[in-house]
Amino acid sequence: MRIFDGFGQRISLAMAGKKSPWGGGSDDGGTGDTPGGSQGGGDKPKGPRNPWLPPGGTSDDGRRAPNIEDIFKSRGPEGPRRSGGGGGPGGPNFRFPQRPGGKSWFPLAVVAIVGVGLLATSVHLVAPQEEGVVKTLGNYTRKMEPGLNFSAPFPIETVDVEDVEGVRSVRIPGNNNQAKLILTGDQNLVDLSYIVRWNIKDLANYKFRVVDPIETVNEAAEAAMRAAVAETQLDETFSGQGRAAIEMDVRERMQRTLDGYQAGVRVLGVEIEKADPPAQVVDAFRDVQVAEQNADAARNQAQGYAQQVLAQAEGEAEAFDKVYAQYRLAPEVTRQRLYYETMERVLSQTDKTIVETDNVTPYLPLPEIRRRSQQPVTTVTAPEGQ
Amino acid sequence: MSNFLQDHRNTVIALAVLVIGFMMSAYVVPEEDQVVIIRTGEPVGTVNTPGGETDAGLYFRVPFIDSVNRIEKRLLDLEMTDEEVLSADQQRLLVNAYARFRITDPVRMVERAGSTDGVRNALEPILNSVLRQELGRRTFQAMLTAERGSALANVRTNLDRQARQYGAEVVDVKIMRTDLPEAPLQSAFRRMESDREREARTIRAGGSRDARIIRAEADAESARIYAEAFGKDAEFYDFYRAMQSYDATFSNDDNPSESSIILSPDNEYLRQFRGRR
Repeated sequence: MRIFDGFGQRISLAMAGKKSPWGGGSDDGGTGDTPGGSQGGGDKPKGPRNPWLPPGGTSDDGRRAPNIEDIFKSRGPEGPRRSGGGGGPGGPNFRFPQRPGGKSWFPLAVVAIVGVGLLATSVHLVAPQEEGVVKTLGNYTRKMEPGLNFSAPFPIETVDVEDVEGVRSVRIPGNNNQAKLILTGDQNLVDLSYIVRWNIKDLANYKFRVVDPIETVNEAAEAAMRAAVAETQLDETFSGQGRAAIEMDVRERMQRTLDGYQAGVRVLGVEIEKADPPAQVVDAFRDVQVAEQNADAARNQAQGYAQQVLAQAEGEAEAFDKVYAQYRLAPEVTRQRLYYETMERVLSQTDKTIVETDNVTPYLPLPEIRRRSQQPVTTVTAPEGQ
Repeated sequence: MSNFLQDHRNTVIALAVLVIGFMMSAYVVPEEDQVVIIRTGEPVGTVNTPGGETDAGLYFRVPFIDSVNRIEKRLLDLEMTDEEVLSADQQRLLVNAYARFRITDPVRMVERAGSTDGVRNALEPILNSVLRQELGRRTFQAMLTAERGSALANVRTNLDRQARQYGAEVVDVKIMRTDLPEAPLQSAFRRMESDREREARTIRAGGSRDARIIRAEADAESARIYAEAFGKDAEFYDFYRAMQSYDATFSNDDNPSESSIILSPDNEYLRQFRGRR
């Protein structure tokens, strides 16, 4: 406030020094020591009259034109309500409160603000997943590791802290759901979307080597994906194995490209989110799947039939073998037994007519039989003799 | 104390002049930029150029006379608009490529192109034509696949040669997109569709073929099993099978049918019926 006091005095000095149109008889209590004031007071006691003053009022005790010094003076020491510096009603009434010693708070406030600024720009808390780069007057000088770090304050050293471990993932194509068709090696098209995950490998390179690292990563991803798919057949892009191969391929290509740019980026992974046939031909692709299922169904049915037929054959063959084994032991008896048993079953369930001798003319009421049973009639004339 | 200014007027003025002079003549070259100092239209010095002796940092110039021209030092991006390229086998392809370049000779760049945008404007048509020329020599298939690598290496070399005139170095050229224009796109869709239809038919036919073969094999196998078993005694099989057949025909419990059988007394079954003769 010393400077300001001086300044104020200089202003008042200048003002007072001018020939005031409102009367020169200002005997100037406040700035009596200033040469201008005394000069103005001494030389021109009868200047032009102040039209607002009563005539003849040239007395020193009467009203006189207030100069700027008086305006400030009249304010006097401010009460404690104005403490706190900063805000206050602005304009010409603004004035810093004074310290108890009669000195102003202003220098302290300035010192405090500057101090806080210095502190804020020179103490850096770097989180575990972060790193910082320090530029001393624009020149990259050192790296900040996680923890509490110090640097020179702002204009001298600038610090740029960035999350290096955090995984950034970008989905390509972006959120617009338009199909992104990519040409495959067999000149087909596939609608592909994928996610690239990356983080920062070298913060200094990331910051100082490439203009727009994020855009660079996206473009490298796109170029790599296109190149990789162009070397792949359409069907491979749909199969899990083919996809995994593409993902690996894209990741390696991207990393190679970005390392070539010294972009300081580490590609963590590329995941194909969706690989579909284009919407225009998706029906045909679905039909292929239907066809596959149809073919599988046909095969399954045939397999079922085969199992059935074979089981039957094996069963019958086995049964025959068993009977035959017994038959071999006693051929005649077994044969007779089988014959009688079968005949028994057969004849017990059928109508039997035995025609005794040749001289009886048999009458077969075939229509009646047919009427009696709605079912077909089997008439067998057993072979004569054996 | 109130006369501080008057007491130290000269000091204060000197300090102010110093500060103002410092602010006007000092400039900071950040790590990202390189700087060409231009004095009355002539480049007189460079700071922080790639491979240069000076680093980024605080530098001074002559105020009012020297002007500081800041130029990006980092890798720059040159993107091309979609360009229709005709392949050697007369197929059309929309190609979109990008190049990455950096300014290696800022003085030349300032003289020839003015700014990095000037370099871009100069290089873009060159990239287009070089790319078109290089890809036009290749067949559509080669354009798509591995040969891209050598094509792009050539494009890069050509573009780099041109870029050197503007003080730039082309680091990489990559094809970002290759798309089919509308008409070939539709025919590609048709082809894909017919491909799939053919595949579907093949699969269905394959399925029914397999089914038939499986059935036939099963039939053959069962025939073999029967023959193996029954072939041991054909005469007994005849008898045994006849018995089964009679059973199935006349005494089917599941499907009883009324049959009438007229037997002659000479029938073997009735041999004992007649009593001993």
